[in-house]
Amino acid sequence: MPFYRSHVLVCVDPECLEKGAHEVVDALQDELVAQGLIDEIQVLETSRIGSCSSGPEMMVYPEGVHYVGMTADDVPFLVEEHFLKGRIIEKFREVHKPIVDEELGPLRPKEVRVVLRNCGEIDPMNIEDYLAVDGYQALGKVIGEMTPEQVIDEVLKSGLRGRGGAGFPAGKKWAITREVQDDPKYMVCNADEGDPGAFMNRRVLEGDPHSVIEGMIIGAYAVGASYGYIYCRAEYPLAVETLNVAIAQAREFGFLGKNILGTDFNFDLEVRVGAGAFVCGEETALMASIMGQRGEPRPRPPFPSVKGVWDKPSNNNNVETYANVPQIILRGADWYSSMGTERSKGTKTFAVGGNVSKPGLIEVPMGITLREIIFDVAGGIKDGKNFKAVQTGGPMGGCLTEEHLDLPLDYEALSRAGSMMGSGGLVVMDESSCMVDIARFFMEFTQAESCGKCTPCRVGTRRILELLEKICDGKGEAGDIEKLEDLCHEVSRNSLCGLGQGAPVPVISTLKNFRAEYEAHIYEKHCPAKVCRSLIRFEIQAPTCTGCMVCARNCPVEAISGERRQAHHIDLNKCIRCGICMQVCNFNAVSVLS
Amino acid sequence: MYAPAVESEIKTVVQQAIEKHGYGHDALIPILSEVNHALGYIPAEAIREVKRQLVYPGDGTFVSQGQLYGLASFYDMLATQPRGRHVIKFCENAPCHVVGGKAIWDALRETLALENGETTADDKWTLLTTSCIGLCSVGPVLLVDDDMYGNVTVEQIPEILRSYE
Repeated sequence: MPFYRSHVLVCVDPECLEKGAHEVVDALQDELVAQGLIDEIQVLETSRIGSCSSGPEMMVYPEGVHYVGMTADDVPFLVEEHFLKGRIIEKFREVHKPIVDEELGPLRPKEVRVVLRNCGEIDPMNIEDYLAVDGYQALGKVIGEMTPEQVIDEVLKSGLRGRGGAGFPAGKKWAITREVQDDPKYMVCNADEGDPGAFMNRRVLEGDPHSVIEGMIIGAYAVGASYGYIYCRAEYPLAVETLNVAIAQAREFGFLGKNILGTDFNFDLEVRVGAGAFVCGEETALMASIMGQRGEPRPRPPFPSVKGVWDKPSNNNNVETYANVPQIILRGADWYSSMGTERSKGTKTFAVGGNVSKPGLIEVPMGITLREIIFDVAGGIKDGKNFKAVQTGGPMGGCLTEEHLDLPLDYEALSRAGSMMGSGGLVVMDESSCMVDIARFFMEFTQAESCGKCTPCRVGTRRILELLEKICDGKGEAGDIEKLEDLCHEVSRNSLCGLGQGAPVPVISTLKNFRAEYEAHIYEKHCPAKVCRSLIRFEIQAPTCTGCMVCARNCPVEAISGERRQAHHIDLNKCIRCGICMQVCNFNAVSVLS
Repeated sequence: MYAPAVESEIKTVVQQAIEKHGYGHDALIPILSEVNHALGYIPAEAIREVKRQLVYPGDGTFVSQGQLYGLASFYDMLATQPRGRHVIKFCENAPCHVVGGKAIWDALRETLALENGETTADDKWTLLTTSCIGLCSVGPVLLVDDDMYGNVTVEQIPEILRSYE
């Protein structure tokens, strides 16, 4: 595949065609030939770039300059100025960005975008957009210049580790799958991003599906696979649609199917849609689901690299892992491993949520501290409140505190602190969160998602949840903390898969870091964050209350009494502690006590 | 949204789903999802029909009703009971929870007098929680059928509910 230094995308929508888009394309081709640039600059016809209202539109990459209103007569000037002299012609420049991306927004301080680099920059429904930003060049390089072993070496050298959370070196997994003597082999992409609060993979699938597809094709070449599955959760309908369009286009361009890029390498791909089961993110459960079974995990070994889909060797990586691969091949392992710590390289995407000023999607280099992520990238804690805890690693991750904020982002450092990298959910909590309630909350989640196959997880998570509910309910007794610790230990040690093994982590970490809060609930019947309903009461402050009656009208159980313009009163026997009165009061006259 | 399924309709729906996804074992979940989408849920009759149509063709898959029921009951998005005309799916996951999701959930339960999984007597509403739908940057989030509502407040609930017939 030839390497172009620049790509010009010309919009050939009906509106632009009418205004002379084809003439512009022809003039461009002629002028590039005349100037001897035709091997350096590629002209592509593409669908709609902007509004098409001011005539032929084009995008020039890699600069990302958007020109409008150019005619065939202007082309020689464009070629001379832009491509020979390297000067952008302001006269034709469209100042608005073609696609606005509110979720991702402009690059934030300390961000480095590798996986997210194209999201919001290119049209995911149009393969030519991806081609224009060096898309499928890595595949060309791999197939044209590299042996499978060299590809594996390069990925190994880059230090890329599994971005699904476990952090297994991707190159090593590829090498294992390659070595197994069995046919056919499969590539599997885990796009079952089920961790609450994590939506990084959704954004990549919706914004840059070809980077994942290209990564999978390169992986298939390296391990010797002939077919692949992308298992995407049904909660992401747009991602499924985008992937299907992208796969069809990749097939049309000869990147998928038989004799890829004219060689004897064959590989094709399909999307499998889940049906709503968190546990299907576990690789053996995922593969069972692909085969039309209940998504229940099985013991490993054998690992999927040896026996996976249809009992054949199956290389399973996550969306983000695959999306990194083309850039590693193009820019080299040294570039990738120049970012990060000794054992954690490259960048990592996170979905930062909870009580921060600027929640959303970010991509940061490994080695950055949690403090930098929360305060510099995510804008700090919302509404001037104080930081209390951050939960990394999804529902099976731990809650870390102030003392962990200067930890570098690193697989091992996070494990040592009692949490994990996980797939990239980051929930930041301020002082108004009750940590016992948070632990109960995560337990409720994992308990509901336990598939029921193994007893420690099925029964153990329920027993842990019952204890936590009891404590939140103000019925905790001496000995409950110890019982919790015992149970957590047993469930972690004896469960079949990552779900059960990880389920107690939020409890273990909050017990370790916020033990005093548990003790307050149990011994003092007091919820310090004033969250647990059974341990709080609402009171109307008579001096501040104006007697406007808004609270009385909104109270669902008619627990509030009082005359107009007189201070109101809450009947604690009737009150269900829903907090609606406090939310609707315009005078901050309702306070919560514990 | 969904009228009670009649037998002939079930037959056609199942047939179309199988034609679209094939007779292979790996087509079972897509077939059930398709039936669920068309009928609003998977009635017992549809499970019998899938088994009947899959087993008899020459290149078909042997599958028991138990296996099919096992799938339909395992996956959250497949329903084995009829649902209301409108289905509310509330995201009660951590990111929505810490930005005030619980108050929204309580308000929904109290306004509709429903618990998770229940349907109103007039078959208008079914109230469910959903797994994270990845719209965490605009939490709390809820879905009514396929309509998404973000940054929901307690005061908005009656307004949102009123806009559905």
